Amino acid sequence: MIELTAPLNEEKVRSLKVGDMVELSGIVYTGRDAVHKWLHEGNTPPMSFKDGVIYHCGPVVLKKGAKWVVTAAGPTTSIREEPYQAGIIERLGVRAVIGKGGMGEKTRQACQKFGCVYLHAIGGAAQVLAEAIKEVEDVFGYEQFGSPEAIWQLRVEKFPAVVTIDAHGNSLHKDMEAASSAKLAELYTQIKK
Amino acid sequence: MNSTQQKKLLEAFIEIIRKTSTELPKDVIESVRKGHGAEDKGSRGDYALGIIQKNIDLAKLKSQPLCQDTGSILFYIHYPKKLEHDAVAKVIRKAVVAATKKGYLRQNSVDSITGKNSGTNVGPGSPTLHLEPWSKDVFEVRLMLKGGGCENVGVQYSLPDGRIGAGRDLAGVKKCILDAVYQAQGKGCGPGILGVTIGGDRATGYLTSKEQFLRKLGDRNPDPVLAKLEDECLVEANQLGIGPMGFGGKTTLLGVKVGVLNRLPASFFVSVSYMCWAFRRQGATVTSKGEIKKWLY
Ligand code: SF4
Repeated sequence: MIELTAPLNEEKVRSLKVGDMVELSGIVYTGRDAVHKWLHEGNTPPMSFKDGVIYHCGPVVLKKGAKWVVTAAGPTTSIREEPYQAGIIERLGVRAVIGKGGMGEKTRQACQKFGCVYLHAIGGAAQVLAEAIKEVEDVFGYEQFGSPEAIWQLRVEKFPAVVTIDAHGNSLHKDMEAASSAKLAELYTQIKK
Repeated sequence: MNSTQQKKLLEAFIEIIRKTSTELPKDVIESVRKGHGAEDKGSRGDYALGIIQKNIDLAKLKSQPLCQDTGSILFYIHYPKKLEHDAVAKVIRKAVVAATKKGYLRQNSVDSITGKNSGTNVGPGSPTLHLEPWSKDVFEVRLMLKGGGCENVGVQYSLPDGRIGAGRDLAGVKKCILDAVYQAQGKGCGPGILGVTIGGDRATGYLTSKEQFLRKLGDRNPDPVLAKLEDECLVEANQLGIGPMGFGGKTTLLGVKVGVLNRLPASFFVSVSYMCWAFRRQGATVTSKGEIKKWLY
């Protein structure tokens, strides 16, 4: 298990390899479709994403008294942000993206070029992940984007994930597809009529 | 239906929704546990399944949704025929609205044109009700919550399929099933369960593929040909090595369930539905007075 603390630095990020199991502590920012489109249009968030972590997540957040409390916060499918992600990594200096399902070629290349990793969270593990979120520190764009789409600044502790795209050009998704494709071809030849 | 009966029934349906959203059925829990045991200690598959098991326990303990995507709401119900169909449907819709307010269901139903969320989970097609009257004086209620991530990786083949070289025979069917698992990779939040229909038309094929999920994971298909197909597909799909979440490993699938329908001579469909590990399915017999008598899973 590798412990990570956000904000991250480039050296630490570049030391990670595909397949590493990590636990992340520190600050993460949620962002999904609306935010990615908005950032892609050249807008800049009030908080700095430099060396920061973006989490593809539309959390369920309730107000309890004066405090925000996260009740469910699993990852959402990342591939929808593929058209935007590479540009955002480059322009804002993002060091890690958390999500599920993996991302494509453009993001893989951006990770390699600018020193960023993709961390795959456990899809559906809403309760475990909600427990890892210790505090809602701030929110931006609540009115503009609506609650699930807003940028939530969250303090997490030991948030579990696996590195599936590293900063060396590797992608577990690509490898897995290639390996399972070869195995599938082998199984096909053994199917008897 | 008188008003006390309505009130009791409403409570029973809310309880069935709560239990479905927060507790996996025993057969699924057992299967996840077994899959976890099969992964090498310290591997990524072991890691993922460990977190999944923790999540299953935590959701039950906190009585909160297992996954934040509480999915399509699919009811399969037999009801006493002396009751009116519309009255029964009305109580169920009310229960869905109430369960959404209580947070057992996420606000999860949007207008397909405007994108507007109904906020209640009630709208055209939601919840989906399969309501059948019968002569018994009890309800038999089954409920499944099926998430979007896994629904998106479902696929339908029309045989012959030139891309994968699948002809109109059992060998072709098997190629479809294995291809569906390969295409899904980790995107359907595996380890998954497949519901498959051989035959039917496009609509009945998918419908029947989902009904396969009402079967318990450990059951045996009464048709020996299908039973064999299920066993073989499970073993071979797990050899693909995709593993939990697509991280690699031995447990790619927890089960394969196959049903068969007649087809037109001109068509040969193979319909595959994928269910994620968050396999939310519960059921109960409920008296006509609205008392839950027995849980089915
Ligand atoms: S596929 Fe299943 S486990 Fe994954 S996010 Fe959707 S409902 Fe949850």
